[in-house]
Amino acid sequence: MTTQIKISDQPLEIQSCIDWVMTPQSGGIDVFIGTVRNSTKGKKVLRLEFEAYEPMAIKEMEKIAALAFEKWPVQKLLIHHRTGTLEVGEVPVVIAVSCAHRDAAFEACRFVIDTLKQTVPIWKKEVFEDGETWVAAHP
Amino acid sequence: MKAIVLAFGIAKDILGGPDITLDFPGNTTADLKSVLENQFPRLKQLRSYMVAVNNEYAQDCTVLTEADEIAIIPPVSGG
Repeated sequence: MTTQIKISDQPLEIQSCIDWVMTPQSGGIDVFIGTVRNSTKGKKVLRLEFEAYEPMAIKEMEKIAALAFEKWPVQKLLIHHRTGTLEVGEVPVVIAVSCAHRDAAFEACRFVIDTLKQTVPIWKKEVFEDGETWVAAHP
Repeated sequence: MKAIVLAFGIAKDILGGPDITLDFPGNTTADLKSVLENQFPRLKQLRSYMVAVNNEYAQDCTVLTEADEIAIIPPVSGG
């Protein structure tokens, strides 16, 4: 197995994500860790609530992984995404990519997170002191 | 045709729940969207939305059957 994809309502374990992609052939591991920020456009964010259409989200993440393996000489690739309520500083997403050389690892990792944000059916709601908003829903 | 439509994110708020049953004329994604937009005009205020059929993004011309799993996919915002 060279790809590990998971959607979970439990805290993501960053170190074990990194350990999982490590191989003796790897010359570099690129890791993207998404974190919950405390403000949006100057407004205080209390927490985020993530919801996923799980079977489809897994399928879309598998497609992204397959594309990354086609485009770059990736050794192992991991995508973990949280659901549920996350407080400021918590981690909604971890992407980890191992390659023999760093250029491919950087590029593949960026491709995976950028594409995930465009195609994977997961939604986040920002909860403010005076209300809440589904992110990106409206123009 | 008769269809159960799943809703997520803001679409769940707009439809008033995680799924609805619809009986509508026609059998394509476009037919379904026009009925949905008629019944739930707030869908038209979204930046965009897609329909997924059996966990794949569908085109307007995709033909639906009663056995399909159909879902409304409002703009995604994971990560």
